[in-house]
Amino acid sequence: MGYLGLLAFLGAFVLAALGSTYYMEHNGHWVTGMNNQIVWGMPHVFAVFLIVAASGALNVASISSVFNQKIYKPLAPLSTLLALSLLIGGLMILVLDLGRPDRLIVAMTKYNFKSIFAWNMILYNGFFVIVGVYAWFMLDHTMKKYSRYAGFAAFIWRLALTTGTGSIFGFLVARPGYDMAMMAPMFIIMSFSFGLAIYLLVLMASYNWTQRPLGDVVVNRLRKLLGVFVAAVLYFVIVYHLTNLYATEHHGFEAFMLLGDNGGSKYSSIFWVGQILLGSLIPLAMIYAPGVANCRKTLATACVLIIIGGLAQMYTIIIGGQAYPMEIFPGMEVLETTFADGATTIYSASLPEILLGLGGIAMSLIVVALGIKVLGFLPQSLDDATVDPHHKAD
Amino acid sequence: MIEKTINFSRRIFVEKTATAVAGLSIAPGVFLNQVAQAKPADQAVTSDVRWGMLIDTNKCATGCTACVSACNEENGIQSHNRPATDQVWIRKVKLRDKQTGHVTSLPMMCQHCEHPPCVDVCPTGASMKREDGIVLVDKHICIGCRYCMMACPYKARSFAHETVTDPKEYAPRGKGTVEACTLCVHRVDEGGTPACVEACNAAEHGAMIFGDLKDPNSEISKELEKHGGKQIRADLNLNTGVRYQGI
Repeated sequence: MGYLGLLAFLGAFVLAALGSTYYMEHNGHWVTGMNNQIVWGMPHVFAVFLIVAASGALNVASISSVFNQKIYKPLAPLSTLLALSLLIGGLMILVLDLGRPDRLIVAMTKYNFKSIFAWNMILYNGFFVIVGVYAWFMLDHTMKKYSRYAGFAAFIWRLALTTGTGSIFGFLVARPGYDMAMMAPMFIIMSFSFGLAIYLLVLMASYNWTQRPLGDVVVNRLRKLLGVFVAAVLYFVIVYHLTNLYATEHHGFEAFMLLGDNGGSKYSSIFWVGQILLGSLIPLAMIYAPGVANCRKTLATACVLIIIGGLAQMYTIIIGGQAYPMEIFPGMEVLETTFADGATTIYSASLPEILLGLGGIAMSLIVVALGIKVLGFLPQSLDDATVDPHHKAD
Repeated sequence: MIEKTINFSRRIFVEKTATAVAGLSIAPGVFLNQVAQAKPADQAVTSDVRWGMLIDTNKCATGCTACVSACNEENGIQSHNRPATDQVWIRKVKLRDKQTGHVTSLPMMCQHCEHPPCVDVCPTGASMKREDGIVLVDKHICIGCRYCMMACPYKARSFAHETVTDPKEYAPRGKGTVEACTLCVHRVDEGGTPACVEACNAAEHGAMIFGDLKDPNSEISKELEKHGGKQIRADLNLNTGVRYQGI
């Protein structure tokens, strides 16, 4: 598949997403899998995943500028391009899933400063500006001397951005699955992992397709870093559930999510199989197993599994957190209701919702493909000698 | 449990003022009623009043849905025979205490909190609380993000999943925005009571009392002072405007 073929392939997904949006907005959201109990569905799973990953895609640039690691410097521009493109894809989904996407201008001009959502609008817009300037400074030789400062600002901003995204859930006091300040740091570490997995895939794919040399030194460094991030996400997930398991009031939610009680078997399966096994344990084994150090296919598979695990994690957090019944009447059993009080909600994503999500991913990749083609985001060579002249083969 | 958080300094002030005025007035009851209720259309809503509701669950009849029907009729809410996505402003819930086995029936709707989580999270300020305590959605600036529905501890809000046909001019609604009980603000502003309360009285249950929580002489305040009233999820400290007896 040539370059234009790739763009056409991705463009088809974007068109499908736009068609889905028209279908959902024209008929109203009743045609989706969402309802009055599950108000954020599959589009939010994709959107929040991409927004979190956008911040994480900036890892490599942050390491080069903030922590002054020379080996990463040639890799940094791609990092900023990927960060911007993932955010574009995520926000595209989020906006198109609004009840009134035509009122985007209202969201941009009217702010309730107590709302973490309103702060996020500012954080997203600021991210585009700061990371855009950062990319410009890195690519423009006359401005390069300032790139370190821009990189530092971008580093602080991306931490704030992911804190804001995690806090959307952390600040929801009424729902047992949320209401935890730990959501903010957990989302930050999730961003490190998901963003780096996507970065590595794009890096390897683009060097492969453009037949440029990519040495093992830099790939192996990123591989080891990825392993640390995956393990860190797992640690945060364990602490999150241990905290809930300690508090009696959250036992119901934990039985729901971990054991599948109370109609939660779908969510517990996605948690154990998708998030823990496929998304954490198998990638860790693939990253650290002896003898696979230089195997690109193993690493690429691990990255794909981390992305699948990340989507599974978003699904359990976003959908699972809503599906578990809210404790409106503590100590009471609901005998009759017309509004699903006390009942677990089963959510099944509709095709338009999935197409909208995939369209967001396709949009991100189109921006990456255009950026790589038009601007100098990719160095001609990243072979071992170019990256690190003092490197000696193992 | 009688809630202590209703503005007591103002209550004492109103009480003392009212007593002084009552001594000078020939018809003190009428005068006090005017202070609490009257609001000419050109006059801004003030925090001199706080509208609330008291529901006696012992009087709320199991199986009776007069309040629900009246609300739907009043506000033009139509079912599309899709319960999962139909709008619900008020619903009847039947509960059993897991410890004692006591069965309770009650209507559940927006609790018109003093500190509403929906207002806190709304990015555009479409979710708002009036000075008189009524929590509303400004349909003109609601972008349909549904964050308020995530935040409401009472599941009091619904998303307009379908095209709204034939909305009432006093209760604007629209596809793609979020809506909830308005405490029949259009009636309240003209000195009336919400449709659900009227229907409950018409059905001779008398389980719902509407009134000004800040007026010590209002029926609701007297009843709350005498017999108390509980908040649902009082642990969240939202100081709800809707209180319940018998739960």
